[in-house]
Amino acid sequence: MKRVLSITLVFLVLLCALIPSVSAEEIDTNVTLNVYNWGEYIDPTVNDLFTAETGIKVNYKNFTDNESMYAVLDSGAAIYDVIVPSDYMVGKMINEGKLAKLDFANIPNLSKINPSLLNPSYDPQNEYSVPYTWGTVGIFYNTKYVDEADLKLGWDLLWSEKYSGRIFMFDNPRDAFGIALLKCGFSLNTQSLAEWDTAYEVLREQKPVLHQYVMDQVYDKMINEEAWIAPYYAGDGIIMMDEEEGNPAIDFFVPQTGTNLFVDALCVPANSPHKREAEEYINFLCRTDIALLNAEYIGYSTPQEEARAELDPEIGQNENFYPPEDVLAKTEMFETLPNEITTHMDTLWMRLKLADPAWSVFTILVGVAAVVCFVLYIVRRVRRKR
Amino acid sequence: MIKSKGAAAPFAVWMALFTVIPLGIVLWFAFTDGGGNFTLSNLSSIVDYAGTFGISIALGAVATVICLILAFPLAYTISRAQGRMQQTMVMIIMLPMWMNFLLRTYAWMSILENNGFINQLLRLIGLLPEGQSLTLINTNGAVILGMVYNFLPFMVLPLYSVMAKIDNSVIEAAQDLGSNILQVFRKVIIPLSVPGMLSGITMVFVPAVSTFVITKLLGGSKTLMIGDTIETMFIGQGADYHVGATLSLVLMVMILICMAVTGMVDQGEEDDLS
Repeated sequence: MKRVLSITLVFLVLLCALIPSVSAEEIDTNVTLNVYNWGEYIDPTVNDLFTAETGIKVNYKNFTDNESMYAVLDSGAAIYDVIVPSDYMVGKMINEGKLAKLDFANIPNLSKINPSLLNPSYDPQNEYSVPYTWGTVGIFYNTKYVDEADLKLGWDLLWSEKYSGRIFMFDNPRDAFGIALLKCGFSLNTQSLAEWDTAYEVLREQKPVLHQYVMDQVYDKMINEEAWIAPYYAGDGIIMMDEEEGNPAIDFFVPQTGTNLFVDALCVPANSPHKREAEEYINFLCRTDIALLNAEYIGYSTPQEEARAELDPEIGQNENFYPPEDVLAKTEMFETLPNEITTHMDTLWMRLKLADPAWSVFTILVGVAAVVCFVLYIVRRVRRKR
Repeated sequence: MIKSKGAAAPFAVWMALFTVIPLGIVLWFAFTDGGGNFTLSNLSSIVDYAGTFGISIALGAVATVICLILAFPLAYTISRAQGRMQQTMVMIIMLPMWMNFLLRTYAWMSILENNGFINQLLRLIGLLPEGQSLTLINTNGAVILGMVYNFLPFMVLPLYSVMAKIDNSVIEAAQDLGSNILQVFRKVIIPLSVPGMLSGITMVFVPAVSTFVITKLLGGSKTLMIGDTIETMFIGQGADYHVGATLSLVLMVMILICMAVTGMVDQGEEDDLS
């Protein structure tokens, strides 16, 4: 009996230690924040600076696209306190109740964020997200091999037979279909199934001229001149066009007909156990000196106005990264698509990547051959037994 | 003496936890819809993926045949070598497997690229004009090469272990009775190494059909293999656990059939010998 009692006591003590202190407004410096961000998306010293100032440790993990980040959170495989989804994913997660409302009293640095990026369509009341970076999608090209004259093709450059086998394409459905929709002159958020089908046909036409579908490996491959033309996010130019580590022959342009404006935003998942500390972290990232460090390292446009003013004018005043009003006027943001459209897009994307249906004839042949072999074998065996 | 049943208990628990229960979960997903109701619609949607199964089987089969052709003479040479030499040769075969699988595949990527090792070498010795390149990467050939390279040891090792058991005197007897080298191979060595061939074929074909990293890295992600398709059904946009589970189930059944067929042939061979 005594033993049972003592074991129960030990258990209770352990349990108490596990329950976090209830006073929510106090920052608990003993916690470890789990942060889930894109690859190469923070200055490597920032997390250490945060720990040095607040005592809160940071467990920092990377993801490669919104969809896999969503899948990880959705499966419950891991719990994160700060995540950085893109615009349309923020909207989707808000609709599904997967994000926590932020307490902006804890994030005073919000005042330094460019007001034109606040209250966006994906978070109209600006309750759940704080813009972290933004930018446009454009085309990177290698000036050694691509004629300046061909740039007037705009998005059609990505379909050009002339550069067959030297063109990359996004390896995710939303961005890839986005470019096809732009090429056709449709809205990025069109709800017409027929327009999505047209975009699918257009992507299908593009497949033969492509070198490969690619995401983050595009940096290395463009720098090594593996291929010459790649649509990607403007901010990655900093890495690709760098004089030493990149390839100075690479240049960038945004097609005149319009493009996609994207925002990656800091959010806190609804199931985060450390929301107060997460807000502290978000506020820290919005501080001018930290935002400046990140803007210089990541290369994507920063929404933090004071940090932009302190940037090297070659970047801070560069129209590729901070486009003028007339270009911005023609941009469109991704919005959360209704489920039926998303499902339709996913089906089309899958179909785009599946093998030629002619291969199913081969499958049937193999199946028939297997059955014939089996029957022959049985027949032979039966005969031999006699 | 340890009772055999008791000794197997840990393994039985392990099997139940990590094989039987997960299999049950796969089955459950394959035959239910999003609401948890019984459905056969997942199974019928497999028709859309017939082509994917086809191309995966075709590439896997080609890779298996190439592995067999390469491994057979190699395994024979090793099995006839002297003690020390034999051990060294086996170790050399195993050596690449000490390196990470991903790393090896990445290495092939940089060898085959447009500006990779092969193309640069060809340009250097003047076989290719400057600025031109052979398209090696992002082709089915590159995928097959990746499969052969990665799975070759799985063909060599079973063949070698069977061939090492063939007594030299059997070969000498055949030669004494007037067989030339070809006849010795056809009538003695090949029939005696069938069990090794069969397990080698299974060990190469099964992972080759279901591979997904190789196709992504060396195939340019333009055409999905069955392994890639299953992967995207579980992570990534458009994840559909139910179809994914059904695809894995079909793949499992295919592999079971493949193993059953090789098992039958194996049995048939034994009947022939006795």
